[in-house]
Amino acid sequence: MPRIIVVTSGKGGVGKTTTSASFSSGLAMRGNKTVVIDFDVGLRNLDLIMGCERRVVYDIINVINGEVSLKQALIKDKNCDNLFILPASQTRDKDALNLEGVERILNELKESFDYIVCDSPAGIESGAFTAMYFADEALVVTNPEVSSVRDSDRILGILAAKSKRAVEGQEPIKEHLLVTRYDPKRVEAGEMLSVTDIQEILRIPLIGVIPESESVLLASNSGTPAIHQEKSDVAEAYRDVVARFMGEELPMRFLTAEKAGFFKRIFGGR
Amino acid sequence: MSMISGLLEYLRGDTKKTAVIAKERLQIILAHERAGRGGATPDYLPALQEELLMVIAKYIHVDRELIKVQLEKHGEYEVLELNITLPENAHNS
Repeated sequence: MPRIIVVTSGKGGVGKTTTSASFSSGLAMRGNKTVVIDFDVGLRNLDLIMGCERRVVYDIINVINGEVSLKQALIKDKNCDNLFILPASQTRDKDALNLEGVERILNELKESFDYIVCDSPAGIESGAFTAMYFADEALVVTNPEVSSVRDSDRILGILAAKSKRAVEGQEPIKEHLLVTRYDPKRVEAGEMLSVTDIQEILRIPLIGVIPESESVLLASNSGTPAIHQEKSDVAEAYRDVVARFMGEELPMRFLTAEKAGFFKRIFGGR
Repeated sequence: MSMISGLLEYLRGDTKKTAVIAKERLQIILAHERAGRGGATPDYLPALQEELLMVIAKYIHVDRELIKVQLEKHGEYEVLELNITLPENAHNS
């Protein structure tokens, strides 16, 4: 049975698109037929993060309006064989994304894909609502920071009350907490909420912790999802997230500050 | 944090870390907002707050901002919390 996963957060800039790109790539790397959909109509960016911006010809609105077939609009990822990207429209009005149209596309995608990852826009407006409405599972991306935690709580309330599963009284959306931009050093100094604090407040199961890292910017600069970066904590953390999502039990990593080695202490560097 | 301000903080015994403050603030505001979802907040709350304010204002000159009425859920109980910060010269008026 294909699964629809929404990557959501409420607050902007916490790492939804970074997560959507790496998470969908990770699923595909494990042999799952995966499609990732950008729901941020008017402000599309998933194409840039995936490095396929120059190959975008048609978008989700073209498909909804019946101007092109789904096959024509899907872009094959350059790094993974099993991964396709469905871009958002850059020019249209966000109201063009209606529930009926989206449901039709999702049903068609379900015929050929195992996982459908929906990259939600920020906010709680129609775009975010449409992205989460049909979800079976949700990755709630949260930064260890008060406004992000509050917005995540708000989103959890919406998932529990307004999603299709909630409205139709089905089994609720399976929620996963993903903490991103985590800085164990600052947590140990008492300057940042810890993962335990956030879990205690939001009360949903933790699927992973992505450490704050320079490699995320490097990845977006080059249009290669962070999960492909070599020797990067972020890439390993995202691979762990995908493994846990697939049912593997792995201990949490990157929760404690690395003690600086001798050379690092002498010569500095980061 | 500089050494001097750190030392001052230590001497004042004022060592509450900001992460602890963040957690406490979140727990309070989210309890409030969660109660507000799903129509759990009774609609008489704003009116009650208004009337309480008027009664209090008859006796004490207080700033409106310093009065807070909150309804919190603790398990099965709901606690109506009324918080009034009195100004220093409240007794003279």
